[in-house]
Amino acid sequence: MATPTPSVAPTCRERLTPAFALACLGLLALGVASVLIGVGDMSIAALAGGEAQGHAQLLLLASRVPRTLALLFAGLSMGVCAALMQMLFRNRFVEPTTAGTAEAASLGLLTATLLAPGLPVIGKMAVAAVFALAGTVLFLKIIDRIALRGAVIVPLVGLMLGGIINALTTFLAYRADLLQSLAAWTTGDFSGVLRGRYELLWLNVALAALAYGAADRFTVAGLGDAFARNLGLDYRRIMALGLAIVALATATCIATAGTVPFLGLLVANVVALVMGDNLRRTLPWIALSGAAFLLACDIIGRLIRFPYEIPVGTVAGVVGSAVFLYLLLGRRYRLG
Amino acid sequence: MTVGARGGWGFVLSLRGGKLAGLVLVGTAVAVSTVLFQTLTENRILTPAVMGFDALYVAIQTAVVFALGAQGAAAIDPRLRFAGEAVLLAAAALGLFRWLFDGRRGFHLVVLAGLVFGILCRGLANLLQRILDPNEFSVLQSLLFTRFNVVDTALLPVAAVAILAAGALALRLAPTLDALALGRDTAINLGIDHRRMVTILILLVAVLVSVSTALVGPVLFFGLLVSNLAYLAIGTERHLHTLPAATLIAIACLAGGQTVLERLLGYDAALSVVIEFAGGIVFILLLLRGTRT
Repeated sequence: MATPTPSVAPTCRERLTPAFALACLGLLALGVASVLIGVGDMSIAALAGGEAQGHAQLLLLASRVPRTLALLFAGLSMGVCAALMQMLFRNRFVEPTTAGTAEAASLGLLTATLLAPGLPVIGKMAVAAVFALAGTVLFLKIIDRIALRGAVIVPLVGLMLGGIINALTTFLAYRADLLQSLAAWTTGDFSGVLRGRYELLWLNVALAALAYGAADRFTVAGLGDAFARNLGLDYRRIMALGLAIVALATATCIATAGTVPFLGLLVANVVALVMGDNLRRTLPWIALSGAAFLLACDIIGRLIRFPYEIPVGTVAGVVGSAVFLYLLLGRRYRLG
Repeated sequence: MTVGARGGWGFVLSLRGGKLAGLVLVGTAVAVSTVLFQTLTENRILTPAVMGFDALYVAIQTAVVFALGAQGAAAIDPRLRFAGEAVLLAAAALGLFRWLFDGRRGFHLVVLAGLVFGILCRGLANLLQRILDPNEFSVLQSLLFTRFNVVDTALLPVAAVAILAAGALALRLAPTLDALALGRDTAINLGIDHRRMVTILILLVAVLVSVSTALVGPVLFFGLLVSNLAYLAIGTERHLHTLPAATLIAIACLAGGQTVLERLLGYDAALSVVIEFAGGIVFILLLLRGTRT
């Protein structure tokens, strides 16, 4: 690395503002609510003692807590991925589901399942990550060929690329009679998350922490190639790091529970509206909002038609697309 | 229709005849609606499907079932229900069109908004279906996917009447459409009542989209493929030529494609996937070329 970027990192006092602490408390409350809501009988009384205690404890530790944690981690990583991609592609509407990354990861999972069914989940996830990286690089190459890079054509091409990859994946799945599994990967559904099946998501927390550590560099990269090099940043290395983080995090999410369209986009844009584009300031908030949003949608999905569950991908997808539409067409944005 | 037929001809002809009739009707509907829409919006990338009209229709279908309850919806004559849904789609399409195409928004923005709107409608339909019947969701979900293999024969007569009427009207309006294709200001200069024509065209498109979606479900990129192939093949932009050409190409693609996939390759339900794949590539190529009539 050349000369380090000037220190604009906030002091400890600045980071733990009262607002952020309050928001964390809110997230904690949501988490507790999520742990308590469910079909199985798990009241606080049952946890305290009595004959149902063993059953209630098992429910708590094997199902409720892992599910809540999985939602938290997935939500925060989706937000962080979207924020990173927005910086790297310098476009407000790019995120793993509008750049072909998520669809490429699904294709990778399918290929791994077809060619090496005995591979452990980590292996399949690794293959998915490689495919996701390849998909994103392909997207990058296509974007580079567009002469006039308006704000809108980039996610448009990304959505289309995702659609093409999706069609290919569907065709392969249809041939191999794996359509049901494919559906499980593409719709975000956390109802099947149990202890022992979500641990991969801890990796996403590590990746998010890594992203936060390099947040200043990503912010500078978001100013453009030439500008970044002028400031002494190794642009290509940061680009590679960012893409690797995004690919890995997306592949992990998809391998565990499927993806939720437009969630990262929504969260990153709303936070950027309020707080600007300095990633070191906004990344914690983006992570927090992503986790809170996903958790809230899952709780709603569990409650709409209790005791049946509606997958969080469906609920959040509707909200996400509606907000995306508003961002595109609302009065504040006069995009070309 | 006759390749590889086994069993009594009476059964085969009626079964496959129904399928073929359905394909012909759907092909016509999609081709005509796409060409009309592209004239209306003055560009070759937008189609009613890209704008989310198909998905909107499915959402309306689901909402109707949601509002009336499963028993109530089943009690109504399917043709009456279809007519009601078509009317709702026409009204929604008019409102949407007026709002989006007010001339102040960029072209790519409208396309992206249309795509996201389609995703929103599909998500809404999905959500409503799951709320309706969490157990039988997978059965209902077949509504969301294009099934060229199974055509709803109860609606065929109504569909045929609607499509023939719409097609005849479109052909009769062909000279006006040619003038419209020159642009809004030029058309008004030439004495065309632009607002009235827009309304008529949107209504026609809505009816055609309702028919094709009711018969086989939503088709995302088929119209795009067909219309651009027609423009390539015919060379001129005169609607008297492009409308029939697009129709014939659509029918050939559907019937031929289905035959090839079914008989030669043995993949029954894959036509829609192949179309989506090819159409997506065409879409990206068109975007990159920056086409704008």
